[in-house]
Amino acid sequence: MTTTYIGEATSRVDGRAKVTGRAKYAGEPDIANLVYGYVVGATVARGTITAIDATEALSVPGVLTVLTHENSPLPVSRRSYIDEAGSPGETFIPFRDNRVRFSQQPIALVLADTFERARYAASLVRVEYDQETHLTDLEAALTDAYDPPWRVLLPPIPGPRGNAEKALAASAARVDVKYGAPAEHHNPMEPYASTAVWEENGTLTVYDKTQGVKNVQGFLCSQFDYDDDELRVLSPYVGGGFGSGLRPQYQVFLAVLAARELKRPVKVTLTRQQMFGLCYRPFAIQRVALGASSDGTLNALIHDAVQNTSRYEHYCESTVHWSPLLYKCDNVTVSFKLAQLDLTAPADMRAPGAAWGLFALESAMDELAVELEIDPLELRLRNHAETDQVRNVPFSSKALRDCYTQGAERVGWSRRKPEPRAVRKDGALVGLGMASGVWESPQLMASASAVLTLDGALTVSSATADIGTGTYTIMAQIAAETLGLPLNQVTFKLGDSSLPRAPVEGGSFTAATVGPAVQAACLKVRDQLFGLAQRIPNSPLAGVTSDEVVADDGHLRSRKDPSRAVSFADAMQNSMVNEVEGTATTGPDPKQQGYGTYTHSAVFAEVHVDEALGTIRVPRMVSALAAGRVLNPKTARSQVLGGLVWGIGMALEEESVIDHKFGRFMNHSLGEYHVPVNADVHDLEVIFVDERDDVVNPLGAKGLGEIGLVGVAAAIANAVYNATGKRIRDLPITLDKLL
Amino acid sequence: MRTARGTGSAQPTSALAPTNAITLHLNGAPVKLDVAPWTTLLDALREYLHLTGTKKGCDHGQCGACTVLMDGKRVLSCLTLAIMKDGATVTTIEGLSTGETLHPVQQAFIDQDAFQCGYCTPGQICSAVGMMAEGHAHTADDIRELMSGNICRCGAYSNIVAAIQQAMRPSEGSVKP
Amino acid sequence: MNNFSYTRAGDVATAVREVSGDDAAVFIAGGTNLIDLMKENVTRPGRLIDITRLPLARIEELPDGGLRLGALVTNADTAYNEQVERRYPLLARAILAGASAQLRNMATNGGNLMQRTRCLYFYDRATPCNKRDPGAGCSAADGFNRMHAILGASEQCIAVHPSDMCVALAALDAQVQVTGPRGDRTIPFGEFHRLPGDTPQIDNTLRSDEIITAIDLPPRGFADHYAYLKVRDRTSYAFALVSVAAALDMKGDTVVEARLALGGVAHKPWRDMHAEEMLKGLSVTKDHFEAVASEIVREARGFADNSFKIVLAQRAIVRALQHAAAMGRQS
Repeated sequence: MTTTYIGEATSRVDGRAKVTGRAKYAGEPDIANLVYGYVVGATVARGTITAIDATEALSVPGVLTVLTHENSPLPVSRRSYIDEAGSPGETFIPFRDNRVRFSQQPIALVLADTFERARYAASLVRVEYDQETHLTDLEAALTDAYDPPWRVLLPPIPGPRGNAEKALAASAARVDVKYGAPAEHHNPMEPYASTAVWEENGTLTVYDKTQGVKNVQGFLCSQFDYDDDELRVLSPYVGGGFGSGLRPQYQVFLAVLAARELKRPVKVTLTRQQMFGLCYRPFAIQRVALGASSDGTLNALIHDAVQNTSRYEHYCESTVHWSPLLYKCDNVTVSFKLAQLDLTAPADMRAPGAAWGLFALESAMDELAVELEIDPLELRLRNHAETDQVRNVPFSSKALRDCYTQGAERVGWSRRKPEPRAVRKDGALVGLGMASGVWESPQLMASASAVLTLDGALTVSSATADIGTGTYTIMAQIAAETLGLPLNQVTFKLGDSSLPRAPVEGGSFTAATVGPAVQAACLKVRDQLFGLAQRIPNSPLAGVTSDEVVADDGHLRSRKDPSRAVSFADAMQNSMVNEVEGTATTGPDPKQQGYGTYTHSAVFAEVHVDEALGTIRVPRMVSALAAGRVLNPKTARSQVLGGLVWGIGMALEEESVIDHKFGRFMNHSLGEYHVPVNADVHDLEVIFVDERDDVVNPLGAKGLGEIGLVGVAAAIANAVYNATGKRIRDLPITLDKLL
Repeated sequence: MRTARGTGSAQPTSALAPTNAITLHLNGAPVKLDVAPWTTLLDALREYLHLTGTKKGCDHGQCGACTVLMDGKRVLSCLTLAIMKDGATVTTIEGLSTGETLHPVQQAFIDQDAFQCGYCTPGQICSAVGMMAEGHAHTADDIRELMSGNICRCGAYSNIVAAIQQAMRPSEGSVKP
Repeated sequence: MNNFSYTRAGDVATAVREVSGDDAAVFIAGGTNLIDLMKENVTRPGRLIDITRLPLARIEELPDGGLRLGALVTNADTAYNEQVERRYPLLARAILAGASAQLRNMATNGGNLMQRTRCLYFYDRATPCNKRDPGAGCSAADGFNRMHAILGASEQCIAVHPSDMCVALAALDAQVQVTGPRGDRTIPFGEFHRLPGDTPQIDNTLRSDEIITAIDLPPRGFADHYAYLKVRDRTSYAFALVSVAAALDMKGDTVVEARLALGGVAHKPWRDMHAEEMLKGLSVTKDHFEAVASEIVREARGFADNSFKIVLAQRAIVRALQHAAAMGRQS
């Protein structure tokens, strides 16, 4: 009798817009009188700008102005702002002064009436620098690594337990290994773009590429001294974010700066090259030491990480947070340090911290398994953590054992030979490797509103985002089911700062955070409808209590006697009401504090290695995940597939290369920075194991945006070891490392 | 020497090169456009014709997001100068559906969830239509290889292949290889 | 991208005349490399001469039994041409290993020869490059040089030619037909591209007033025993670390004639005639192939990030020869 949408494999409701090209992204609104802004970037990594000569640029027909630090005074802001995804230190603001802090730093903005003229004029801007010696090599900066001021939004670094050094020394088996990881760039398919529309009344409408319209609104209002109702940020479609859009990027600042200056709409789009001057996943050097008894019981775990940050911000990640959590171990010490480089600040990139942390941990576990001659999967099972030893609380749910079992069975783990180089297929060496994955599953505070009109159309809104995650669809599903309406009568609106507040879309917490708010707002509508229904003379629902009532097929119906029902339309019409509205704000239930709420996975990879040439193929991966209730198996599977593909890139291809002579990322193009292509991807299987969780949030659902990636690089690296006997500890595993 | 050409410093910025009038047979209708030599077909579509369905992912021919069909063949509009294509027949993503009826490839992409953020999607779809017309994809591996010129950072490749396979099945009827 | 004027040439004579009279003029056909370079301001021609309407877009048999590939035929049309597939499959394989389907649909045969290196420093005006600005220095030599040359490099330049098609053309002994104000000229393929020497800014021996009209393939296509092996950092849509075009004419298990050309290792497709001679009369064993491979890389010199190419090249040569030899035989 109930309308079921939650848990259904519903096709995306924004699908038609996307496959027809009608979905409009930030640089695409059709605005009259538009001015194009083209960024000029610094060609040195560190120093002072001594001269910017825009004379030639300004002589290009159609060029309106060239903005630089010399002619762009910023208003004094009286408004405070805290970046939802920020780090301690100083946010980079373009044109604030004449300092160059990183190569490709934006130092001028050319504004012209066509894109081509702006681009051409930009190439004519002449800049002189007083160059300073820069440092861009993390290895060289290690001696100056420091304990950073911590990022508020991250839990504190887990403190030590027991005595890890002593236990390590006393262990029967030991590994103590260093792992290296390169910088990686997010490279969403859509380059960053903003269209800042100067309205007649002096307000601004800003179409931005962002994962958080409220965060951008807050930033712009504070920078330019606007009230919330004077500046609106819109972002209905985002061409991928992966963390790069959590914080405002510099082009939105420049677009607004220029729009205010010219009192015309301004569009600033970054080039793909300029995308490599934006944030990135930092370089990481890690040490993992594991000590175990001969039966595989972990006795000691030490995990140290050093990552880079910029000179102006202390960007930290939860790299070493997962090791004390994932396996049972009584003696644990972890540390995290930063070293400053003359680069732009890193930022969260899909599973920040866990991506690098679990690469190291899960590789080390594999090395330990080899040392002990114990099956790597068996080693995980033997050290399975039944409780959250970091906070000394139980897990709200943890069906990781089922992930191991089901994933192992699907991939055929039992056919794996423990000794390397034991299996061949068509001349290639075959290997199987596995890794555990873990990621947090928090619920944050969010608001949503629901409006039901007489014609049966339901519009639900929240200022969240859909960056390809499927937010539009799952929120519509939740709303449709809660109010018992057909899906095609439900519209979910997001990406508008004037909508009820929601946090940035990141951290895999959107389903858990906005979902409950949507549900609660719809329930408020239902309650109002119920009240209206009971006002009908001789109402079929007279005497029925509110907990007896369900919303189904556009009706309020008694659960006990389904024939007693009132349609929404009748309820509203009787009271001459045209629309019913509900707004709700939800947040985490305090009881969640008593639990560790995490998503878990077990990922298995099969690799084929051409021994002579060193080339690696990944013909098969299986990822089994414990993610609570899966709201939409179709979009959920896609999220995980995306994470697995990212894992292939992380393991085998991706690396942002710096030439330290110039202090500059050199492979700044999609031709030279390799993300996986279609031919790199073969058989990927996703299994969602049953897991019920009544604590994690009212929906019982856990986020899936990031868990899919966690551990994959290790699974592949471990498979490469199983195939070849070669242990590669520096990513990416390119063929030269196997020759 | 040819290779020494064009490497000198920029010319003085006096007048910009004049525009030329071109006609494109765009999505079934003739469209007249005045374009400067330096305007790519991609920018002509997006900035001058306001057909933003075709996407700019890299502007250097390295991602495939700008793929359109030119005289039936899939090409990259970011590396095409509009001025060189006077009289060409161009089909963009906007021209693939008929009214509200989706092209079978578009429908298959929805059915198979072959997209996430949607930004590479128009290029993927136009590329798939072009690939099917080329007639060289016979196996799943062929599809993977021949679609490798379209990058998807969301990693929807598995479903993209499944969508193309769906569209290529004879039972789908109207799609001819 | 600079401000340039645009004209079209309707015939070859006009094209030649236009380009001869104007230092700032270059030809544009497919544009897949030129427009890329112009957007990066690596090259800034003042005038583009559109040659796409020249009558150079046919593939036709030559009287000697060879095949003439018009300079304006697209790479895709060339690879899928029935005669090329049947008689010169090595060339078809090589073309299909390069770029992407879309690029192959746009790029022309002439353009494929003319394409420039993809060296990161050449492409980035923020870093000195002797090819782009003679005398400025080579940033790759002591920089990130994974993709760079191990053979034939000079102090001035260690860039590689990025083409796959050219590697096969080199192995097949193609000839480049060009024409200019001084008439027609035939350039043996091996003489078309140059080594950098002291003039890295000059990629090839085409004169500034000449145009490529066709690429002629000799009658022998080695269709019975061939292999194009491309080794790269991802499965597709990436330039070669090392590529090998191998072709054999065999009698039983003995090599009558061998052709071997390497890509990704030098400023031009690399052929070692001496090594090819070595294989003549030898049986198609791994040992013999390894000996030839060693010979080919005997003077190879690696840089900080690409020394692995020396071993990789050797193994790729052996693998390619093995594939070529094994074709059509019971395994």
